[in-house]
This record gives sequence, structure tokens and C-alpha cells, in this order.
Amino acid sequence: MKAWDAVKSFALFWYGFVVGDDWMIAAGVAVALGVTYGLQTDSVPAWWLLPLVVVAVVAVSLRRTNRRDARGRASSPS
Amino acid sequence: MGGGTFATTFLASVVEAVEMVAIVVGVGSIRGWRSTLIGAAVGFVVLVIVGGALGTALTALPIDVLRLVIGALLLIFGLQWFAKAVRRVAVKGFAGDQEDEPPTEAGETRLGLDWTAFVLSFKGVLLEGLEIAFIVVTFGAAAKQLWLGGIAGGAALVLVAGLGLAFRGSLRRIPRSVLILVVGLLLTTFGTFWAAEGLGADWPGGDAALPVLLGFYSLVAAMFVALQRRQIFGSAREATT
Repeated sequence: MKAWDAVKSFALFWYGFVVGDDWMIAAGVAVALGVTYGLQTDSVPAWWLLPLVVVAVVAVSLRRTNRRDARGRASSPS
Repeated sequence: MGGGTFATTFLASVVEAVEMVAIVVGVGSIRGWRSTLIGAAVGFVVLVIVGGALGTALTALPIDVLRLVIGALLLIFGLQWFAKAVRRVAVKGFAGDQEDEPPTEAGETRLGLDWTAFVLSFKGVLLEGLEIAFIVVTFGAAAKQLWLGGIAGGAALVLVAGLGLAFRGSLRRIPRSVLILVVGLLLTTFGTFWAAEGLGADWPGGDAALPVLLGFYSLVAAMFVALQRRQIFGSAREATT
């Protein structure tokens, strides 16, 4: 059981370390890299894709945090 | 002939050294220096071992795979800092305030190390150091003056690292929220550049695309800060009326 706890704790550490508190950022980057790879293997220049995804990912991350904050304010007793 | 080899290797190495030092100084200013410098030192030791063991066979290393892995991780870290910093700057403004806390070693801490600082610094030194080693081997071996290329690459690294150390003190005057935004933008820029290169994409203008990319992300950050401020202060006004 101790070994399982150690494995779990190790996995959680690396998840928290790489993915952080917004999994959507890591997921967005992974999808963008996959699409860039697909375009490059089809000989389509794809250098422009990642910068556009960066803008979209930051926009979505900010929107998610703003909504979460707004929900928090609405549910907290005044 | 020797002067040409030295100048070419030195100038090409300066570009890579600037990228390396920008990451180390930026991360150290935000996360604290101890773990950052340990990460840089370990990265340098690994670099020396790999370089010493492989010698001129260094160019056989799969540099594109390294670029992709390191670039993807820098991009994920950079984007997290980018988004957080936009929110902080929107609230505190670009001038910051007196409550800005000094750099601390907070975060994923194990074995007494801040692993975010350690890994970012380690990766920056290892990847950029390998690129300098490639430049030295490529230009030095082509001119049959590997020793001269080595001196040029080493001189570039020492010069840029010295400048980085000399100016790191002045970073303390920059408000912490702005510093996080700047480092987030730098990590996002390098991450984008290396990850795309690792996948085989060719940037228009090569390394010259880096400042363009940084400028683009800076404009995007300014736009997001303005939008966030409008949202925050707009809803605050609505709440008071």
C-alpha cells in the first residue's frame, strides 16, 4: 500500500508540475503541437499556428478564471 | 581566416547565450536564485559531460526532439505565467504597488528545491548550451580550428552571463507582477519558437523571428490587460451603482 501511495504521490507531483492549475493550457498546447506536426508532415508551413493558439489559449484561460471568480462572488455570503 | 571563424562563432553563440541568460535571470528574479542557479549549474555539468563524451559526434544528437520537448514544457509554463500575470497587472497596474512581495521559493518544493525554477533553468542552459556546442563544432570543424571555435563560444557565454549577472540587480526595481508578465512572455516566445522548430517548422527570418514573436505577444498581453481592467473596474462600478 505504501508503494501505491508513493506512485500516486509521484504521479500527482508531476501532473501538478507540468499541467499546473489550468489543464486547458496544457491540453491546448498538446492539440496545437499535434496539428502543427500534421501540417508539417503534409509539407504545409505551420509556423503561424502556435502563435495563434497562444492567443486563443490565454483568452480562454482568462475567461474561465473570470467566470470562476464571478461564481465565487455570487455564492459567497455578502 | 582565424578571425572569420572566431567572429562567426562568437556572434552566433551570443544569440544563443542571450536566450539562455534571459531564461536564467528571469526565472531567478521571480522564483528565487538558489534553485535557479543549482538548475543552471546541473544543466552546465550535464552539458560538459555530454560534450566531453561525444566531442564532434555531438551533431548526431536528436536536437529536434530536445527542442520539441523543452519548447512544449516552456510553452506550458510560460502560458500559465502569462495568463496569471495579465490578471495581476490588470488589478495592480504596470506601476505595481507597495504590497508586491519579494521573490520567494514558493511552488512545487521537494528535497529543498523549487522544481519549477530548477527545471526551467536546467532546460534553458542544457538546450542553449547544446546549440552553442553545435555552433562551435560546425564552424570550428569546417575551418579545421575547433579550439578557436571553442574559445569564441566560451567567450560569448562568459560575456553574456557577466552582463546578465551585472544587470540582475536592476530587475528588483521592476514591480513583481510586471516581472512575471515579462518572464511569462519570454518563456512563451522561446517555447513557441523551439516547439515549432522541433516539429520541423521553418520560422521566416530564422532567429530574427524571436524579437518579432516577443513583440507580438507583448501587444497581445497589453490588449488582454486592457480588456481585463475594463471587465474588473466595469463590474466594480456596476456593483456600486
